[in-house]
Amino acid sequence: MANPASGAVALEPDFYHAATRHRGILSWILSTDHKRIGLLYFASMMVFFTIAVLLGLLMRLEMLTPGETVMEPQTYNTFFTLHGIMMIFLFIIPGLPAVFGNFFLPLLIGARDVFFPRLNLLSWWLFVTGGVLALVSLFLPGGAADTGWTFYVPYSVRTSTNVLPALLAAFILGFSSILTGLNFITTVHRMRAPGMRWFRMPLFVWAIYSTAWVQVLATPIIGITLLLVIVERWLGVGIFDPSLGGDPVLYQHLFWIYSHPAVYIMILPALGVVSEIIPVFARRTIFGYKFIALSSVAIALLGSLVWAHHMFTVGMSNTGMFVFSLLTVLVSIPSAIKVFNWVATLYKGSIALEVPLLFILSFIVQFSIGGFTGLMLGALAINIHVQDTYFVVGHFHYVMFGGAGFGLFAAIHYWFPKMFGRMSFKKPAVLSWALTTIGFNVLYFPFFILGYIGMPRRYYDYLPEFQIYHVISTVGSWILGLGLMLMVVNLIISLRRGARAPANPWGGMTLEWRIPSPPQHENFQDIPVITTGPYDYSEFERQPAEET
Amino acid sequence: MTLHIGTAAVNGHSHRDDTGSRMGMWLFLFTELILFGGMFIVYAVYRFGHPEEFQLAAQEMDTFVGALNTIILLTSSLTVAMSITAIQQGRKAVSMLLVSMTVLLALAFLVNKYFEWGHKFDVGLYPRAPELLSRQPGEILYFGLYYVMTGLHALHVLIGVGVLAYILFAIGRNRITSTSYVRLESGALYWHLVDIIWIFLFPLFYLIH
Repeated sequence: MANPASGAVALEPDFYHAATRHRGILSWILSTDHKRIGLLYFASMMVFFTIAVLLGLLMRLEMLTPGETVMEPQTYNTFFTLHGIMMIFLFIIPGLPAVFGNFFLPLLIGARDVFFPRLNLLSWWLFVTGGVLALVSLFLPGGAADTGWTFYVPYSVRTSTNVLPALLAAFILGFSSILTGLNFITTVHRMRAPGMRWFRMPLFVWAIYSTAWVQVLATPIIGITLLLVIVERWLGVGIFDPSLGGDPVLYQHLFWIYSHPAVYIMILPALGVVSEIIPVFARRTIFGYKFIALSSVAIALLGSLVWAHHMFTVGMSNTGMFVFSLLTVLVSIPSAIKVFNWVATLYKGSIALEVPLLFILSFIVQFSIGGFTGLMLGALAINIHVQDTYFVVGHFHYVMFGGAGFGLFAAIHYWFPKMFGRMSFKKPAVLSWALTTIGFNVLYFPFFILGYIGMPRRYYDYLPEFQIYHVISTVGSWILGLGLMLMVVNLIISLRRGARAPANPWGGMTLEWRIPSPPQHENFQDIPVITTGPYDYSEFERQPAEET
Repeated sequence: MTLHIGTAAVNGHSHRDDTGSRMGMWLFLFTELILFGGMFIVYAVYRFGHPEEFQLAAQEMDTFVGALNTIILLTSSLTVAMSITAIQQGRKAVSMLLVSMTVLLALAFLVNKYFEWGHKFDVGLYPRAPELLSRQPGEILYFGLYYVMTGLHALHVLIGVGVLAYILFAIGRNRITSTSYVRLESGALYWHLVDIIWIFLFPLFYLIH
C-alpha cells in the first residue's frame, strides 16, 4: 500500500547486478540470497527434468510394439527406476517448494530473505550432490538400479545393480528437503511483515507452510528406512530381508509412511499456485479464503494418515483396510473444497485468459480426473482389481504431472516476468499449452483403460490386444514432448528477446508485484506494512455495478 | 545444524532473533526424534513378533557397561546445562570448563562403546558372522537392531563432540557471551537429545530380559 506498483522505481540495481562478495559463477553457487538460490534450484531441476523426460519418451517408444522395440528388458527396468527417482526426488518434490518457495516465499510475506540463508545454500548443495550421485549410478559398472523408485526389499537387497548410490542419493535429497522445510516454517513464523496476520498471508504461503511441515515430519522416516536398507545391503545387517528373519511388509509400511505424504509435498504447493493465479486473472477477491488456507493444512494432516492404501493386497487386517480406505476417501473433502472455491472465484469474474490461467484451467480438469480415479483406487473392491496396473500409473500421472507439473508450468509463466524481468512471448506459449494439454491427455488417458482391462505396470512386454492403446499413448508422448520443447525454447528466447517486464504486468495484488522486476537485492527498500488481505479486488468488483 | 547460523544475515548487517533460532533448532530435533522413531517402530514390531528370541539375545548384553554409559551421559547433560547458567552469569572460564567436561564424558562414552562392541565381535555376534547366522531369526534381528540403533546413536555422540568443540572455540573467542548464547543453548539442546535417545535405548536393549 505504501508504494503502488506504478511508482516503484529501482533506486538500487536488481539482484542480478547487485554487488556480491564473490565473482562469476561463485557469486551464484556461494550466494545466500534466496532469489539466487531459487534460480539455482530452477536451473539444476530443469537439467534433471529434461533427462527424466527423455527416459520417459524412450520408455513410451519401447511400448509401441509388443516385445523388444528399441531396448532390452533390463534397460527398461533401469529406465523406469531412474525416471521415477529423478521425477520424484529431483523434479516434483523440489520443483515448487525449492524453486518458487525460495524465490517467492520471502517476497510474499514481505521479508528480505529466509530465516536461515546459509542453511538454505547448504540445502541446494545437498540437492546437487544427491542429483549427481543418482546420475553417476547410471554409469558405474553393474548398471543402474532396477528396483523401481520404491526400492522394495528383498529385491533391493539382492539385485546386483547399483542400488547403493541410488539409495544414498535419495537419502541426501531427503536431508535437503528437511532443511528447506525447517527453514520455511521458521521464516513464516518469524519474518512476516508487520500487520501480516496468519489470515492475511497469500495462499501460496499457506500451501508452502503446510508442505514444509510434511517435509519436516515425514521425510526423516524415509531417511531412516533407506539408511536401514543401505546397512542391510552393504553390511549384511538383518533388518528387512526374510532370510535374516526380517519382514518386507514392514519396509513397505515405513516407505509409504513417508512416500504418501510426499505426494502432498508435490501437490500442495501446486494447489497454492492455483489459488494465487485465479484471483489475479479473474479480477476477483478469492472465494472462501479461510477454507482454502485451512484445507491445505487439512490435506497435510489427513494425507499423513493414509499410507497403507498402497498396500491393500500385501496382507493387512480387514479393520486396517477399512480405516485406511475411509481416511483416503476423506482426503477428497479438503481437495474438493479447493476446487469448488476456485470455480466459484472464476464465476462472474472478468477473466483475462492469459497463459498462466490456461495452464491452471488444464490443471483443474486434470487434477479432478486424477482425484476421482484416486477415489476409485481408495475403494477396496476396485483397488484389488486395478492394483499394480496402468490404472494406478494413469492416476498418479494425472495428479502429479497433470496437477503438480501443470501447476509448475503455470507458476513459471506467471512469475517469469518477476524472476527475469522479461515478458515471455504469448503466442508460442499458448501453442505450447495446447500441445502439452492435448499430448498429456492422449498419453495418459489410455492408461486408465489399459489398467482396467488388465495391463500390469512395469511390464516390458504385453498381449497384442493392448497394442492399440499403447500406440495412442506413445503418439501422445510425442505431442507432449513437442509441447515441452516449444515451451522451453520459448522461455529461453524470451529471456533475451522478451519485452521488458513492468513491476506488475498481470495486475496482481500480492507483495511481489509492488517491487521492480526483477527485484533488487534486498527485496524491499522499506518493509511494507500490511493492512488488508492478500487479494483485495473489491474495486474491480464494484465497477460493473457502478456502470449499470 | 542451526548452530552456525544463529542469526539471519541480510546483506552484511544481521538482525538477531533468538526465538527464531531456537525454533529452528527444535524443528531439527523433531526430525531427529522421528528418525530414531522409525527404528523404534521396527524394534517394537520385531519384539512383538519374536518375544522369546529377543529375551534370549538380551542375555548377551553387559548391563554394567550399559548402566555406566547411562550415568556418563546423564552427567554430561548436567555439565552442559550448567555451562549455560555459567555463561549467563558471565563466568566464561567456568562455562568453558563445563563444556570441556561434557566433551570428555562424551569421549568416555565412546570408549566404553568401543570395548563393548569389540567384545561382541570377539564372540562372533556381528552381521554376516557364522555364529550369529546360526542363531534364530529373532536373535539376528535383535543384534541387527542393536548395531544400527546404538551405532547411529554413537554417530550422534560423535557429531555432538564436534558441535561442543566448536562451542568451546566460540566461547573462547567471545562469540558466545553472557548476552548472546543462543548457540550454546542450541548445542546443549542437541546434546540433551542425544542423551534422551540413549535413555530409551538402554532399557530396550539392556534391561528387558
